[in-house]
Amino acid sequence: MYDFTYAKPASLAAATAALATEDAKAMAGGMTLIPVLKQRLNKPSVVVDLSGLGLTGITVTGDSVTIGAMTTHAAVAASAEVKRAIPALAALAGIIGDKEVRHRGTIGGSLANNDPAADYPAAALALGATITTSKRAIHADDYFQGMFTTALEADEIITSVSFPVPAKAAYEKFKNPASRYAMVGVFVAKGPAGTRVAITGAGQGGVFRHAGFEAALAANWSAAALTGVPTSDADLNSDIHASAEYRAHLCNVVARRAVAAAG
Amino acid sequence: MNAVFEGIGASPRRKEDLRFISGRGNYTDDMNRPGQTYAIIKRSDRPHAKIIAIDTAAARAAPGVVAVYTSTDLAAIGGLPCGWQIHSKDGSPMAEPKHPILAEGKVRHVGDPIAVVIAETKQQARDAAELLHIDLEDLPSIATVTDAMKPGAPEVHDGIAGNQCYDWHLGDADAVAAAFKSAHKVVTLDLENNRLIPNAMEPRVALGDYDRFSGDYTLYTTSQNPHVIRLLMGAFVLGLPEHRLRVVAPDVGGGFGSKIYHYAEEAIVTWAAGKLARPVKWTADRSESFMSDAHGRDHVSTAQMAVDADGKFLAMKVHTVANMGAYLSTFAPAVPTYLYATLLAGTYTTPVIYVEVKAVFTNTVPVDAYRGAGRPEASFLVERLVDTVALELGMDRVDIRRRNFIPRDAFPYQTPVALQYDSGDYFATLDAAMKSADWAGFPARKAEAKARGKLRGIGISTYLEACGIAPSKLVGQLGARAGLYEVANVRVHPTGSISVFTGTHSHGQGHETTFAQLVADQLGVPLSQVDIVHGDTGKIPFGMGTYGSRSLAVGGSAMVKAMDKIIAKGKKIAAHLLEASANDIEFKNGVFSVAGTDRSKTLGEIALTAYVPHNYPIEEIEPGLDETAFYDPANFTFPGGCHICEVEIDPETGVTTIINFNAVDDVGRVVNPMIVEGQVQGGVAQGIGQALLENAAYDASGQLLSGSFMDYTMPRADDLSNITVGTENTMCTHNPLGSKGCGEVGAIGSPPAVIGAVCDALGIRHMNMPATPQKVWAIINGRPAA
Repeated sequence: MYDFTYAKPASLAAATAALATEDAKAMAGGMTLIPVLKQRLNKPSVVVDLSGLGLTGITVTGDSVTIGAMTTHAAVAASAEVKRAIPALAALAGIIGDKEVRHRGTIGGSLANNDPAADYPAAALALGATITTSKRAIHADDYFQGMFTTALEADEIITSVSFPVPAKAAYEKFKNPASRYAMVGVFVAKGPAGTRVAITGAGQGGVFRHAGFEAALAANWSAAALTGVPTSDADLNSDIHASAEYRAHLCNVVARRAVAAAG
Repeated sequence: MNAVFEGIGASPRRKEDLRFISGRGNYTDDMNRPGQTYAIIKRSDRPHAKIIAIDTAAARAAPGVVAVYTSTDLAAIGGLPCGWQIHSKDGSPMAEPKHPILAEGKVRHVGDPIAVVIAETKQQARDAAELLHIDLEDLPSIATVTDAMKPGAPEVHDGIAGNQCYDWHLGDADAVAAAFKSAHKVVTLDLENNRLIPNAMEPRVALGDYDRFSGDYTLYTTSQNPHVIRLLMGAFVLGLPEHRLRVVAPDVGGGFGSKIYHYAEEAIVTWAAGKLARPVKWTADRSESFMSDAHGRDHVSTAQMAVDADGKFLAMKVHTVANMGAYLSTFAPAVPTYLYATLLAGTYTTPVIYVEVKAVFTNTVPVDAYRGAGRPEASFLVERLVDTVALELGMDRVDIRRRNFIPRDAFPYQTPVALQYDSGDYFATLDAAMKSADWAGFPARKAEAKARGKLRGIGISTYLEACGIAPSKLVGQLGARAGLYEVANVRVHPTGSISVFTGTHSHGQGHETTFAQLVADQLGVPLSQVDIVHGDTGKIPFGMGTYGSRSLAVGGSAMVKAMDKIIAKGKKIAAHLLEASANDIEFKNGVFSVAGTDRSKTLGEIALTAYVPHNYPIEEIEPGLDETAFYDPANFTFPGGCHICEVEIDPETGVTTIINFNAVDDVGRVVNPMIVEGQVQGGVAQGIGQALLENAAYDASGQLLSGSFMDYTMPRADDLSNITVGTENTMCTHNPLGSKGCGEVGAIGSPPAVIGAVCDALGIRHMNMPATPQKVWAIINGRPAA
């Protein structure tokens, strides 16, 4: 780890100001940033710890679930209200990383980092979430812009994420055998935002929607409807654990299992 | 007396565990010396390159830097020695290129150390290491044995033609050729044994210290064998005599073989401590461990078995190429030869065997012994070949094994590949394992799984191994440059408490408990009165350390011999005190008594008399009660047994789930059944890891692709099933305990059972390890193997 200045601002304005410093880095739960710092893969001038901003808590209304950006995965997983409104979201939060990660990692941190194998991006994209920041509200369709890339500006801070409550939804994850990140994670949803399928872990550009699966499920919401619906392996990752062809195959298997789980 | 029985056969809780599980262990990195400095090793990120220049000026000038060293600073000291010399078929000695402490002229694998930076803090050393300017010019490189042997392949070491270390053989080629000609059928199987990275929980650490007034050096290190390190480093690298060099291996968090060897970092910190007259500590981070700890396995083989029409094995022929990596690690040459080829008879009566082994250099991390060392490679090859023979003859896998087992009454049994097995009963372990696994009920379970859309398979391995290494004279003839006896010093203190100093080393095995049980059993004292001391050349007379499942069979036998001497001396003292003849003194349950009388003295009373010899046969015997024994085994020991694995495969994803695993092993006399169960379960977990999960993946050039836990699949609890362990023991006939060893059986016996189960589920002849979801899916879908 290289030396850096540590700041823990108490207000959004102060945090925004701190992030204006060149090479400043925001830290939510630190579950990605700290390992990266330890490996000397990043050399921030200042680490801006967002944990003094509040930004925690879960609000459930009749048609949406809004989660503060600094809410931990464990809190979402344990929330009776989330379990009731969007059980798939609580279940997803409950299988992120391991127990230690779930008690430190946050939804805002996960979405801001947009790791191509992270779980939350699949939920946000499939449910048509709105990401509210210190500056504006961004729809998930406009938010994810490729691997580790989002619509966020350098000094922009996520404050909360709002998910429309779907009629049906489920998340299924095929884990990388070594890292246990999603090798293929599929979130399926049917609700106010339409029938949407988002896939994480598989794509070279990070999370993506699967038009073929969505069309098939819009016509017939059943696992059987996905049989034979192809996934192009052109833009899928290929590594020692899974070729693009195998990942393409898994997209279908995992999507079918997700639909079956969603009921 | 209703004391709790704590002797041989009891399962007291492990004495060492309280400090381990409460975070009070004393590991090498926990040790700090006044004035300590910190070393960071700059390693190659290239598989093969010429070192054009190293500019250390900026690093030397960086804050806190005490010293920067490269190979030119080490000109006066030697390279890392190799402890075993193999001779090729033609009688020529193996190619033994220099293994420099820091790279000289070239780097030969990713992780090859180039320079060391020593600073006041670790952070400063790390900062300065980034200021080293190292100009490398890439050279063509190779990672696999196949590429290493291709005509015109790049040379890892200039002038070593074909990258060949040796071309060795064992057995009777003519007899095998003749048997093959007249056989009913010859079954051929090509197979690979995947390369593994040991990943002990505690990374390697070395702390060198130097006393400028006495001239004494001390090395604290994560070693399985501190005396061996003292010998290798003292005599061959640094030129330090034993009385000036103390090596301490305190609590060590796992080794699995990877901490047997003498590594460059140990020599660097010890040498630099002397040079700087300050302590120097190096602690590996996990990424360094992946690219600097010796790897394991990595064989490519062709195996052939000639059989008659009834499935009787007539002759076996094996050709193996073993990857040595870029340099010869300490015991590397012995692993694919004497720890592998000699095991190819397995549990069978195959009358003639011929094996050729080529060892080659590649631009990869050196390969050496890893839990099982040669024997897992042998058992995988033999057991997979036996399954293949059964398949091709249309015979039952169990029947063909029974037909070829060495009969119960054939021991001692001389194999055609040099070893003589002293005892065993392969029918007993087979029967017990089949019962434990409900082998007979498998077809019903398979049908039930099929109804759920799953593929069930069952696999069996009736393996054998040789451990308890080893008779010194024999291994000397085979090329070992050391003896392999073991040493115990039993010190009965004046009040009757006992310290036992052993040359073996415990790094997870529970020696402090098992050995104390031996003492409790033989000397009749409570476990709490016995302390086992290990891991310090300053305290222990000598020792060869712990590996090859040798600690109990060899080290424990040395203890028995030393205790025999204690008892013999105690009888003389008791005879004096009780006014009887020493021949009439009996020793039982810690009491010396005159046979047939109630006159007796406790061990404590005898000890006190020995140290306060007022009334003592001083003309006949010396005071004190302190005896040492060096025990050199007459033979290897031969554990064996039967492992049965049942798996279920999801054909949609290719995921294999272990349903259950049953192991019934013959480990000879069991001292602590709980520890044996734990050892076998741990070994099986590693075997399942090799079979389903683990693979050290290199690209063709020698870049390590699985260089972290993000990509190297270590087994986790949820990858495993319940592992049921049983024993059906026959006694070792040549050591005083009858014990054979249990540390490696799990890792040796299990991989063929797991792969056998996967192949059975898939209905295929063979697949190489690891059976990852992607590979299994590719097989199911007729894709070329990845």
